[in-house]
Amino acid sequence: MSSKSDPIISGVGQSAVGKFVDRLPLLLTIDAIKDALDNAGLRVGDIDGVATWPGRVETMLDMGPVGCDGVIDALGIKATWYNGAFESAAQYGPIAGAVAAVQQGWARHVVVFRTVCQGSARRKPELFPSVQPAGLSGGMEHIIPYHAYSAANWTAQMASRHFHDYGTTREQLGQVAINARRNGALNPRAIFRDPITMEDYLSARMISSPLCLFDCDTLSDASTAIIVSAAETGADLKNVPIRIDAIAQSLPGRYSWDQPVEAACYPTGKRLWELSDFTVEDVDIGQLYDGFSFLTLQWIEALGFCPVGEGGRYLEGGHRIARDGVFPINTNGGQIAAGRTHAFGYVREAVRQLRGQAEETQVDRDLKLAVTGAGGGPLAMAMLLARD
Amino acid sequence: MTPRPRPLVDPVNQFFWQAGKAGQLQILRCQACGTWLHPPRPICAKCLSEEVAPETVSGTGTVYSVTVNHQPWVPGLKVPYVIARVSLDGVDDVLLTTNIVGERALESRIGDAVHVTFEEQDGLWFPLFTHSR
Ligand SMILES: [Zn+2]
Repeated sequence: MSSKSDPIISGVGQSAVGKFVDRLPLLLTIDAIKDALDNAGLRVGDIDGVATWPGRVETMLDMGPVGCDGVIDALGIKATWYNGAFESAAQYGPIAGAVAAVQQGWARHVVVFRTVCQGSARRKPELFPSVQPAGLSGGMEHIIPYHAYSAANWTAQMASRHFHDYGTTREQLGQVAINARRNGALNPRAIFRDPITMEDYLSARMISSPLCLFDCDTLSDASTAIIVSAAETGADLKNVPIRIDAIAQSLPGRYSWDQPVEAACYPTGKRLWELSDFTVEDVDIGQLYDGFSFLTLQWIEALGFCPVGEGGRYLEGGHRIARDGVFPINTNGGQIAAGRTHAFGYVREAVRQLRGQAEETQVDRDLKLAVTGAGGGPLAMAMLLARD
Repeated sequence: MTPRPRPLVDPVNQFFWQAGKAGQLQILRCQACGTWLHPPRPICAKCLSEEVAPETVSGTGTVYSVTVNHQPWVPGLKVPYVIARVSLDGVDDVLLTTNIVGERALESRIGDAVHVTFEEQDGLWFPLFTHSR
């Protein structure tokens, strides 16, 4: 339950973000870490913990180019705890690990980072010589052989079922993309800065029906760093500490992208409220995974902003999720407009919003509580961030 | 057509990729409690029995979800094509991701009746589905 001793986010930082940033993955990561240290008012010597997801992954260097080892070595961090591992409930796995490490006293200041170089890997594939496995496994052997290469295909099938079961429409789903592009237009760091209309959305190139081009985020080069610190360090920081009120995850019995099992966001959303004294009515702002717009719709349902099946109607017209609506979401443009920072961008934006430091994308009201959800399909973690 | 990415064949799943040689679709089933187990695994998730064996199923089913893919994800990929999940008649709690093929593939809708047809590639038989009526 919520408590004064909850670990805090002391600083957030980010490298340059773009479709192509001509910088080595390790240096991109260090750019983000330096930015986060400056934001917190800490020095490299203060850091004693390092965590990341998924770590360095030789089979997909575009997605996992940098691990903890590389960062510890490059910065000479005297680590008393570190962890980087692929098998985790979602991208926020290392944040949960950092919270545990700080609560247990294994570390006082943990730098948690997420680096992606999916843009560079397309432009300079020779720098990302991923090792190819002998064959598909882990459930993917029953999906990818049918030329279902992308999570877009897997998510599209979930969307098609939601449309069928609940009457959800493209016009409703399109509000996620339109909202993202409208917010991205305000964000000087966004990759796409032109707003789109419903007409643009409905006439866009189809990727995997019912998902069109604007329903998908964009591959990018980016590193984002978050510093998780012990509560008692809060008084010495440069900026207002943001308390990590609750982190939830759940995978009830079955890890699969295609079997008949509830998406993990639903039990995770319920779990989040079990772990907090807050309720859904207390939330001021949301940063919800939009690798695909349909995942945002699922998170809105899963977190209880509307009943399951009502996500389309909740999005209708786009007023509720707009920056002047009851539940502003993805205020910096999300991943759809601001690039695939792989969930960590939401944490950075939530912290900046809660502190009133989001500059051009700041929502003009007093914000105390942010919710963020990361992942899709069998991957799901949710987090409540509070300014006390 | 672009070759299908290849599954890692092991002693537990080999039957699935070979059954199509005889025109059969087989799904692994717990012999103790009757639970269908897919993807194949060596132990029943419901009763923990290790007595699991492939059973031949009818090969008919209905479209549970469907998407038409338009994006050429890999060089040479011919688009559009249909990816679906099929619910198999008589097999509870299992869906097969597959391609719907045949003249009516692009008009596939949830609930359509389909049946299995196999495509061989390098000694593996991939179960695809086509409209039944
Ligand atoms: Zn059993």
